[in-house]
Amino acid sequence: MHVPDGFFTPAVSLSAGVVAAAGVAVALRGARRELDDRTAPMAGLVAAFVFAVQMLNFPVAAGTSGHLLGGALAAILVGPYTAVLCIAVVLLVQGFFFADGGLTALGVNITLMGIVSVLVAWAVFRLVTRSARGRGAVVAASFAAALISVPATALGFTLLFWLGGTAPVAVGTVAAAMGGVHTLIGIGEGLITAVTVSTVLAVRPDLVYGARGLAAPLVLRGPGGQESEAGDAEDAGDAVSVPAQATSRRRLGWFAPAAIALTAVLAGGVSFYASASPDGLERVAEDKGFADRATDHALGDQPLADYGEQGGLPVGVAGLIGAGVTLAVGGGLFAAVRRRTREGVAA
Amino acid sequence: MGAGHHHRLHLPGDSLVHRLPPQCKLAAVVCFALVVVATPREWFGLFAGYGALLAAVAVIARVPPGFLLRRMAVEVPFVLFAVALPFVGSGERTPFLGLSLSVAGLWAAWNILVKATLGVLASVLLAATTDPRMILLGAQRLRLPSLLVQIAMFMLRYLDVILAEMRRMRVARESRGFAARDVRHIPVIARSAGALFIRSYERGERVHLAMLSRGYTGSMPVLADESASSRQWLTAGMLPGVALAALLGVWGLA
Repeated sequence: MHVPDGFFTPAVSLSAGVVAAAGVAVALRGARRELDDRTAPMAGLVAAFVFAVQMLNFPVAAGTSGHLLGGALAAILVGPYTAVLCIAVVLLVQGFFFADGGLTALGVNITLMGIVSVLVAWAVFRLVTRSARGRGAVVAASFAAALISVPATALGFTLLFWLGGTAPVAVGTVAAAMGGVHTLIGIGEGLITAVTVSTVLAVRPDLVYGARGLAAPLVLRGPGGQESEAGDAEDAGDAVSVPAQATSRRRLGWFAPAAIALTAVLAGGVSFYASASPDGLERVAEDKGFADRATDHALGDQPLADYGEQGGLPVGVAGLIGAGVTLAVGGGLFAAVRRRTREGVAA
Repeated sequence: MGAGHHHRLHLPGDSLVHRLPPQCKLAAVVCFALVVVATPREWFGLFAGYGALLAAVAVIARVPPGFLLRRMAVEVPFVLFAVALPFVGSGERTPFLGLSLSVAGLWAAWNILVKATLGVLASVLLAATTDPRMILLGAQRLRLPSLLVQIAMFMLRYLDVILAEMRRMRVARESRGFAARDVRHIPVIARSAGALFIRSYERGERVHLAMLSRGYTGSMPVLADESASSRQWLTAGMLPGVALAALLGVWGLA
């Protein structure tokens, strides 16, 4: 899945690089909270572990085998921020030392395999573990998270390919091929992730970040046999968890406007640069005189098709509208999910 | 454990390229990759020129061609993908040896093949002439966040240990007659991965405590201050500089 140089247009590579840098910056802040002063040694160790695990080939179906991506596994074992950092470091090392994945495609690789796969995996994991508790739920959630994160990453790849791929293959074909293969790989990834997490849970449950709430509360037994049931431990737990929630909400307060502003800049500003001149395929099409033979897809007459070149909309505005629609759909989904979990908690 | 640290990536030597400070080489390789990717795919001559530049670097650094070729194996999956492109590509088709190939697919295959190959060659040369630790020190001097550099350093240090641990587990599995043939064997591999995680995490905790007891305060001491002179920057800048000059020159003529 490591994208080489020359696979995406420079505009897409640069934009993905900006997204990757922003994501890694956020993860650097967050990882300090997850790992305190042990951040560097332990994250380095997990990065080496992810690198090693990516070399484990597993049989998918007759004749083909896949290898673990590790995003979901890392997120569940050490937390999402550290996982993003670890995968970014793994990709950096693979790019610079092993020449695996192009240097100019590092942004694309980190965005897809680091940020998208970890975020999707963590979101799915949280959704499942919120609705059900217990060790079985954690294992099932690991399976679902890994299963969904792999095709989601493939979908992200297809989206980038649609925005600025250099190969003249229909987007539908790419989506079908990537989706099909990666659904299969996702099943293998889900199985391995689930069994790995359950193995670690059985031996050292304290090491699984995603199962922190599961540890049985401490019971202090006095000499007379009276049990002071975990009151201190629970109080301590509450005292730790409440400020953490508050800070996360406060952080989201500046993060959301900043993210929206960055999206707007990218969609409205950078897209001018992205499509100021026809891309390589369009240019060849014009040179060879078969541009008029190309058939647009079903939405070709909509005002947003070809990012506004046909419907009379400026390119940047089309980009802004696209980003806005995406934000509205995503935000709506998020709000719906959140309301449901709140109702679940109340009931 | 003493013999496990010979990185097959790195070819020790004492050439002009080996002696350059790592930050110069790092910046040069990244800029070179950017220039290559920005070149329009129709300009065949330029790509030949880029290849010649890299060949010159390889000759100066005395990196044998066989070593480069072996390290190029990383690229194989994408070569297969590129070979498939002319068959599955859309648009105008041209007959060739009785096969119907897509013109746009041929262009895309050429584009990916040549740019990916040049990129891989450049990074293989960087890794071959620079000690991995020095590359990271160079990245730190180029103002990469120090936490990120530290994580990468620890990763490199642990990598051999963890890979050796994994190899021992594989030998143990295979000496008991295990071979991963189909989906039913996935749980065995997954349990190995779980055991590997626990063993490496516990080792990491021990190492961290040992480091604390030796005065680790959250950052590694820098032993050698490797600052680069402007002359060294100029030498390293030759690679992307010549490439960029050629690109701009052809652009001006076109």
